[in-house]
Amino acid sequence: MRVSMDLELKDIPGQLVLALKPVSEFKGNLISVVHHHEKKTPRGKIPVHLVFEIKSDHLDNIISLLEESGISVVSVDEKRYLEHGAVILIGHIVHTDIKDTIDKIDNTGYAEVVDLNLAMPRINRPSSASLKIDAVSKQHMSAAIELLKSIAKEKDLLVIEPICVN
Amino acid sequence: MKTIRASIIGFGAVGRGVAKVLLDKRDYLRSIGIDLKVIAIADSRTAVVDSQGVDLASALSRKKETGAVGSDTISGTEIIRTVDHELVIETTPTNIETGGVGLVNMMAAFERGMDVVTSNKGPLALKYGEVMAAAKSSGSHCRFEATVGGAMPVINLACDVLAGNRMISMEGIFNGTCNYILSRMMEEQAPYEQMLAEAQELGIAEKDPSYDVEGIDTASKLVIVANSIFGMNVSYKDVTVTGITRITPEALSLANADGFAIKLIGEVNDSNINVAPKLVPLSHPLAVGGTLNVFSVQTDLAGPITITGRGAGSIETASAILSDIIGIYRN
Ligand SMILES: NC(=O)c1ccc[n+]([C@@H]2O[C@H](COP(=O)([O-])OP(=O)(O)OC[C@H]3O[C@@H](n4cnc5c(N)ncnc54)[C@H](OP(=O)(O)O)[C@@H]3O)[C@@H](O)[C@H]2O)c1
Repeated sequence: MRVSMDLELKDIPGQLVLALKPVSEFKGNLISVVHHHEKKTPRGKIPVHLVFEIKSDHLDNIISLLEESGISVVSVDEKRYLEHGAVILIGHIVHTDIKDTIDKIDNTGYAEVVDLNLAMPRINRPSSASLKIDAVSKQHMSAAIELLKSIAKEKDLLVIEPICVN
Repeated sequence: MKTIRASIIGFGAVGRGVAKVLLDKRDYLRSIGIDLKVIAIADSRTAVVDSQGVDLASALSRKKETGAVGSDTISGTEIIRTVDHELVIETTPTNIETGGVGLVNMMAAFERGMDVVTSNKGPLALKYGEVMAAAKSSGSHCRFEATVGGAMPVINLACDVLAGNRMISMEGIFNGTCNYILSRMMEEQAPYEQMLAEAQELGIAEKDPSYDVEGIDTASKLVIVANSIFGMNVSYKDVTVTGITRITPEALSLANADGFAIKLIGEVNDSNINVAPKLVPLSHPLAVGGTLNVFSVQTDLAGPITITGRGAGSIETASAILSDIIGIYRN
């Protein structure tokens, strides 16, 4: 799953390394670290925002390790997007309200359009787009693609989905 | 030595390929105890009939020079109904709306207890159950390896070589014309229409390409696979089909940038039969280019098996017909 975490570090050297250690110890995949030096808390601590991917059963261990080393874990937000998918769309993608298409996927709560690349050759010619979708699980990914296909049907778009890789 | 008297009904690319292969492999066939004698050949307007055996070499050159295989006006169907022989090699054009003359010919053969080896998809994609029931009730063999995937062993692989395995699913590229067009669109970053025209120029696509590019050909093959390998009872109308005519070069590039090719994929599993353009990872065994065909079958014991080969061509398709003939008469 994907976890986003807010920490508060003491303003002394070596704290960031200390904060990242548990994540790497449990083979987490670090996605981003934002160090808010400028936003010191009233207690003189430095807020840090971490995003990483981790096997869900390791999350509790990471939190305990952090707390043991004196780092305060302010909030933990699990976004469990384990599945990454890609599809291609062909048709009048923009004119059929691309925002609506994306919102419908995002509003499911179990899947999200995380990237979009659009190629529009000429006015009146169909455009093509590649969409990256993240979803909570394989089943949710299939559900998201089915939803996308039903939206595409209404909007006369062609959806090209990946073969099932066994 | 078993003497098998055969007719070749339909003398186009495939029928002529069969004649060439039979000439080539005569000694080999004898060595395994089969003396195959072609006693009649028919095309759309003419025929040659000779109970002593038609001279295949002169039939081939006559067809090449005059466009007619013989001077007889008896039709292929009449040959089946009136001339004594054991095997009908049915290679007339595919008709997916009615089954066409191929269906009439096959039924006529079974009525007389004759065996049929065919490359004609129409009758089987349309009326698989009826055709096989007719063959069974007259004790005839009906083999059709050439209908699916040309030279690639599909039916016989699943039914003979992998006997005992349960087939879980099959997916693949079953149409060389579509594969060619999509591969070239990617290479040249050119629109569909342009690469279709190139394929037509090269004789890879027909003048009326709709049968291939709309996915109808792939769907017909899947129906035959579903019925013969997966034990289903479906017809062409049960397949959801999307062709390749809407694919753009931009879509191919975007897919490529994400590590995918776009291929027209046919898939069969217990819940659906489906033909549609799909994203295939560039490193996946199904990502073959040019006019090649390929398929993967998932089995319960042997796991996945993938075969690549030429899905069409005169001699290639004749190879599948020959293997069916040997399969029937070897023992
Ligand atoms: N070509 C391939 O690579 C390939 C691969 C797999 C399966 N197939 C299938 O194999 C079959 C033959 O394909 P092909 O490429 O050989 O087609 P083709 O070149 O068009 O040849 C068809 C032949 O059938 C003859 N014919 C038409 N109507 C007839 C009738 N009523 N009675 C007797 N003969 C008749 C034609 O006669 P004329 O010569 O007088 O026109 C021609 O000789 C088709 O069903 C096709 O779908 C083809």
